[in-house]
Amino acid sequence: MQIYLPIAEVSVNAFLLLGLGGLVGVLSGMFGVGGGFLMTPLLFFIGIPPAVAVATEANQIVASSFSGVLAHFKRKTVDLRMGTVLLIGGLIGAAIGVVVFNYLKAQGQVDLLVKLCYVVFLGVIGGLMFMESLRAIRNTKKGKPPARKKHNWIHGLPFKMRFRVSGLYISVIPPVVVGVAVGILAAIMGVGGGFIMVPAMIYLLGMPTKVVVGTSLFQIIFVTAFTTMLHATTNYTVDVVLAVLLLVGGVIGAQIGTRIGVKMKAEQLRILLAIMVLAVCGKLGLDLLLQPSELYSLGAAGGH
Amino acid sequence: MRSLFLALAFVVVNLPAAAEEIVLGLSSDQVSINTNFDGSEILVFGAVKRDAPAPDDNSLQVIVTVSGPSEPVTVRRKEKRFGIWVNTDAVEVDRAPSFYAIATSAPLSEALSETEDQRHKISIPRAIRSVGAPMNITDSESFTEALIRIKTRSSQYQLNESTVSVDEETLFRTAIKLPAALTEGDYQTRIFLTRGGAVVSQYDTSIYVRKVGMERWLFTLSRENAFIYGLMSLGIAIAAGWLASAVFTAFRR
Repeated sequence: MQIYLPIAEVSVNAFLLLGLGGLVGVLSGMFGVGGGFLMTPLLFFIGIPPAVAVATEANQIVASSFSGVLAHFKRKTVDLRMGTVLLIGGLIGAAIGVVVFNYLKAQGQVDLLVKLCYVVFLGVIGGLMFMESLRAIRNTKKGKPPARKKHNWIHGLPFKMRFRVSGLYISVIPPVVVGVAVGILAAIMGVGGGFIMVPAMIYLLGMPTKVVVGTSLFQIIFVTAFTTMLHATTNYTVDVVLAVLLLVGGVIGAQIGTRIGVKMKAEQLRILLAIMVLAVCGKLGLDLLLQPSELYSLGAAGGH
Repeated sequence: MRSLFLALAFVVVNLPAAAEEIVLGLSSDQVSINTNFDGSEILVFGAVKRDAPAPDDNSLQVIVTVSGPSEPVTVRRKEKRFGIWVNTDAVEVDRAPSFYAIATSAPLSEALSETEDQRHKISIPRAIRSVGAPMNITDSESFTEALIRIKTRSSQYQLNESTVSVDEETLFRTAIKLPAALTEGDYQTRIFLTRGGAVVSQYDTSIYVRKVGMERWLFTLSRENAFIYGLMSLGIAIAAGWLASAVFTAFRR
């Protein structure tokens, strides 16, 4: 069934979009990532103009994250306090990120920078997470108890706060810094930032994996809602018909994903996310290294 | 809805010098883009009206062009730098139609001479206007060629030679396929009669491509009340997220 999208001005297969939305929704619910880093390239591939794809994707992530976070609220696996602290950092970071993005745009080559950003961050995060979870799985098999959380310099910082749901008593400085850093990257790369946020919460803040997913989703809702409004009012690139098609699949997928995620072990969850992140990284890396079949590309005039 | 035999707009253009005139009909002079729009086909047909018997030195040829709204386009080229493929050179094409189709009754080179093409800008390369590339780019033609190649691949540019059927040098008809990815605007439609490569008569009309119904409403809202449109999008997202969660919870009980 073909549907004509009013803003994107292309006609697409409705069932294809429902399927894509569902698939990314499952991953979103399982890992607490918005799925933007997967969906946006997929939308480019089926011929949605990039600007519309990025903006509409933000809108769809709001839906799947909201659906996912409700499921997590029921399980009490959302650390609202931590989420709020991260969000404050995130919004500050996003504002800085937009400034940085516009500066780079004026210099040209912003596309390349975004791609390089993706490859580097996905590669590093995916690689580290893969190694760590592999070690954890091996240790469980050997019957060793999981390593206790170590006390490091982070615990010496001032402004301590108790995060009861996460079982942490740490300074607010590290979460705010993580929030800012992710906010900057999210604005530059045009994604919710879940795939950076989740590992940062696990490894830098030492939060339990189960809480991380819900808290990340909670934070993503606000960041992507903010982005959606920004795109809708300045670039007019949010296609609500496309968003509806994606989010119908997405919200259902997120519910299923959350249930799968609950049944799985934390290490398994982490290693799967790591493999997925590495796969996307590999694909983007190859695009940069291999000769494209069409050397020329068309764009709206007036761009860089 | 595909080919409504609507407005048979018979209009006669009186060119004093022309001995042969075009009487035209369109299957539809309006294309409505609704939600399930999946491309459209426009039937262009007409007759040649003449005062004197047809001259029999050269056979009559018909060329039909349909051209979408023009817009400037940037064409970028990738090159390998430091081991990775990056956009390096860019050429701005001043005016490139979003859609351009030519249908002819004979191979274009037979139906139209080079000079006449230059005058009326009929062939695809002529329909694109590119004034000068930046100084450092010496092969600007390869950029316009790339534009045509990419647009042709997605059926946005079409050259359909020998698809206009002409009967008795009087009646002609052809069908122009409009792709599903169609932008709004007035699609300028031109019909040329040629003899020996020279244009002997020309007829211009327009096909109006418009979004209708929900498509129209959403598009207008997104431009004129962007803030409300944004809030509406978010509202839908939140509602859908809540609904899915509620439905799944209900199922589990």
